Amino acid sequence: MRRAYFKNNWIAAALVLPQLLIIFVFFYWPTSQAVFWSLTFEQPWGGGNDWAGLHHFRELLSDSLYWQSVRVSLVYAAGTTVLGMGLALILALFVDRQLRGYRQYRVGMIWPYAVAAPAIGLAFRYIFNPTAGVMAYVNQVWDGIWDPILTGWHAMAMIVIAGAWKNIAYNFIFFLAGLQSIPRSLIEASAMDGSGVMRRMRDIQLPLLTPTFFFILVINITDSFTDSFGIVDTMTNGGPARATNLMVYKIYVDGFEGQNYSSAAAQSVILMVLVILLTFVQFRYIERRVHYS
Amino acid sequence: MTQAELPLATSEILPAPRRRTRRRRPGLVENTPWMNLATHAILISGLLLLLGPIYLVFAAATQTVQEVNQIPPNLSISSHFWENISEAWFSRDFQSKFINSAIVASGVVIGKIVIACITAFGIVFFDHRLRMPIFWLVFITLMLPLEVRIVPTYAVAANALSPFQAILDWTGVSWLINAVSGVELALEWNMLNTYTGLIMPLIATATGTFLYRQFFLTIPDELVEAAKMDGAGPLRFLRDVLVPLSATNMAALATIMFVSGWNQFLWPLLIITDPAHEVVAVELRSLIPNANTTGGGIPKWNVAMAASLLVMLPPIVVVVAMQRWFVRGLISTEK
Repeated sequence: MRRAYFKNNWIAAALVLPQLLIIFVFFYWPTSQAVFWSLTFEQPWGGGNDWAGLHHFRELLSDSLYWQSVRVSLVYAAGTTVLGMGLALILALFVDRQLRGYRQYRVGMIWPYAVAAPAIGLAFRYIFNPTAGVMAYVNQVWDGIWDPILTGWHAMAMIVIAGAWKNIAYNFIFFLAGLQSIPRSLIEASAMDGSGVMRRMRDIQLPLLTPTFFFILVINITDSFTDSFGIVDTMTNGGPARATNLMVYKIYVDGFEGQNYSSAAAQSVILMVLVILLTFVQFRYIERRVHYS
Repeated sequence: MTQAELPLATSEILPAPRRRTRRRRPGLVENTPWMNLATHAILISGLLLLLGPIYLVFAAATQTVQEVNQIPPNLSISSHFWENISEAWFSRDFQSKFINSAIVASGVVIGKIVIACITAFGIVFFDHRLRMPIFWLVFITLMLPLEVRIVPTYAVAANALSPFQAILDWTGVSWLINAVSGVELALEWNMLNTYTGLIMPLIATATGTFLYRQFFLTIPDELVEAAKMDGAGPLRFLRDVLVPLSATNMAALATIMFVSGWNQFLWPLLIITDPAHEVVAVELRSLIPNANTTGGGIPKWNVAMAASLLVMLPPIVVVVAMQRWFVRGLISTEK
């Protein structure tokens, strides 16, 4: 605990004020507005608002389109998480062997973190386009087998791959850091006992990586709910036939294109609750994170 | 200010500049030639997986519009790279959009670092009861990403003073002012289509404040006492001692924040309708118009790919150049 402090609390107040003002205006106020709007009949651009109670939530929960968007969000979350984490884990385990070229491999796996979601979206939209690029080859060999423009699950596969690609670098960085915090002596001792590379991965590195693993799992799921907007918007616009209409995209479309503020607010509140729950889970794991040292 | 210039008491306690040692843990010495071969094979396929898409994008960016759309497709590199780059650059007015992105990214970087630093300073080095409540208020914003509050945040950007107006109306202060002075109180600050609107909502930073707080907590009490003994006030201490000491922190934060600032998409998409304030990431959206059809004309994939390369480049350069700080910062902010 610190014992030496500066006395002038007015200066402290002046220093923390800017951030407090910003979070009040742009975080807490809008959040409370979202809750308020979700409980009232909100007119676009002002006008009266009458109390609606849970009307909007009830409407949403009985709306098959909403459930459909929940379903595709879950598919997207599961797909990007499994693919993105699986690949990153394999790469991190092998990079951590620190063979020749370790540094080069590491940079090679890190840079995709920097690529903007819309740029990834546009790039993969080209790559998976049925009439230009790689997939046009496939379509030529097997006539018209691939068409994300018309086939829902093709479009979903396409955004899942783009989303997973985007996450690999991030997951890799954390897995590698997790692996490097495993005491070297454990691995050496095990090698002396005659265990091979794979055996050490299975019996030492993977079990000790569990805390990192859960941490990344939660971050990946949360991200897939919130951070998927850029990819969906540049690749599919939620189509075809809403097959990729993720929850976050639906909020945007209903709120800004449909001007249905109350429904968009109710959807925001549901998504917010989801994110808050996930964050709580994450904090619980962080507390238990360090069980070796 | 270097250490030598500092008054006596402070400079004695400042830690000696850390020597940069490259900690490289050598791999185990094992004779596993096949396993090593397999490792390299796996890692090289990983690299191809990550680089492959960029190669395809690059190849497309070097082709003419006929080449890029021809059947059977041609995935080799052609010779029209600079034409496509310049078409993307000029036809889309990328220059001013690049400048806008650079303004937003640097505004976000500077803003976040300053805000994180002063907030953390205010809650670590002063003894007041609100230290923890303030910290938690800032920290909880982690759970409120922009995506879950877009509609009302947009409304706030249209009038950044509306929260205060609402509070004054609700508490009756507006009515009171109106009754006393006859002035109808109408606060307004429209942030739509402005740089302020693009930057300000993004500079609140829970992770940055957290990182700075963690760092400030490691500063020894003696340093504070020494500075006070030397007659330095809090602001002087912040400027001359803490800021130089936190240079690594800043580099780490700056890298992450630059990437996130440059790659902002949803927020600029919402609040910018005026082309003069458009940023490059959003511009990518309109290059190949309709997602569900290939549109009326032949899609100019070559120009679109050249443009997306241009947008990707600056943050990649920053991340690769700042690799060491970046990795460290990322890991310590997310913990």
